[in-house]
Amino acid sequence: MLPVQILLILFFLFSVGKVINRYRARELSVRAAVVWVLFWVFAAVVVVQPNVTSYLALRLGIGRGVDLAVYVALAGLFFMVFRLMVKIEKQSREITKLVREIALRDKNSSLEGGDLPARQAGVGVGQHPPKPPSKGDL
Amino acid sequence: MVLVVIPAYNEEKELGRVIRGLFEHGFKDVVVVDDGSTDRTATVARESGGKVLSHLLNRGQGAAIETGDSCARALQPDFVVHFDADGQFNPVDIIPALRLMQEKNLDVVLGSRFLDNRSKLPWLKKYLVLPVARWINFVFTGVALTDVHNGFRILSKKALEKIVLSQDRMAHNTEIIQQIKKHQLAFAECPVEVSYHEYGQGISGGYKIVHDLFVGLFSKTS
Repeated sequence: MLPVQILLILFFLFSVGKVINRYRARELSVRAAVVWVLFWVFAAVVVVQPNVTSYLALRLGIGRGVDLAVYVALAGLFFMVFRLMVKIEKQSREITKLVREIALRDKNSSLEGGDLPARQAGVGVGQHPPKPPSKGDL
Repeated sequence: MVLVVIPAYNEEKELGRVIRGLFEHGFKDVVVVDDGSTDRTATVARESGGKVLSHLLNRGQGAAIETGDSCARALQPDFVVHFDADGQFNPVDIIPALRLMQEKNLDVVLGSRFLDNRSKLPWLKKYLVLPVARWINFVFTGVALTDVHNGFRILSKKALEKIVLSQDRMAHNTEIIQQIKKHQLAFAECPVEVSYHEYGQGISGGYKIVHDLFVGLFSKTS
């Protein structure tokens, strides 16, 4: 066995250990834990027996095992980028909702509070610390 | 009651003049949505007689307009006017637009720079940027308009209830047209004058709009 193979196998074992720990701490669902363990086991198989990818590649009609790995990685990355984009957009909209809600509450409480500047009036439940109406507070 | 909603981000220079112009033409219910400005926008707005809603963070023009609209839904005005903070629009244009709305019983009136020849557009914008923008708008909405991404609009009570914006940045213009179509609101364009101080959004802004519209296809609204 090559030194790099031993190092990678050790790293994969460490990763599997991490997955199991996170599963025990209930940070991962059963499904996610199984998927991750399978992933690291598959990675270990590929490292020990690189010809496996060539076999799979031939089966799929792709010339070389390395090509298969690149194609799969690329497709996976594109998919992840797409999911991230949608997720960021979702979070961004949630932040907007929050900012809007605060703006509207400030307005309502300033209407109730007569001449008080919007920022000084307490908000709803009253957990919002009063701020001086200075312009530099952003 | 006519409520004017002005989204404003760092507009301390022109905002006072814009609000005073509106007041002079009898539009005294002005809500300025200060979109996380770092300058004196909120103070200027308050001093000029506007009511101010403050975004703690900059969320974009679409988000600011939606905040103004949310506030309007509580105040129940007869009409809501969307008006730019940078002094590009002429408040005189609101009056005939309101008349058009009442005469034809419309839900939405959209401003257009191309229905008369008062607006002097930069050459590149007139013959290259806007035709492309119009085409993209048509692809995403199926509605052909003479102008796109013009910030001047008037909404009726019904339109105010139906049109809820989820696009935070500049793609809200297209989103409004999508919603007009979806809810089958009666709309027309009206001539407005736009005077240019600076160039506008440019090509990268246009790219961002298309990007936002595309991502929007995969994001749940509301």
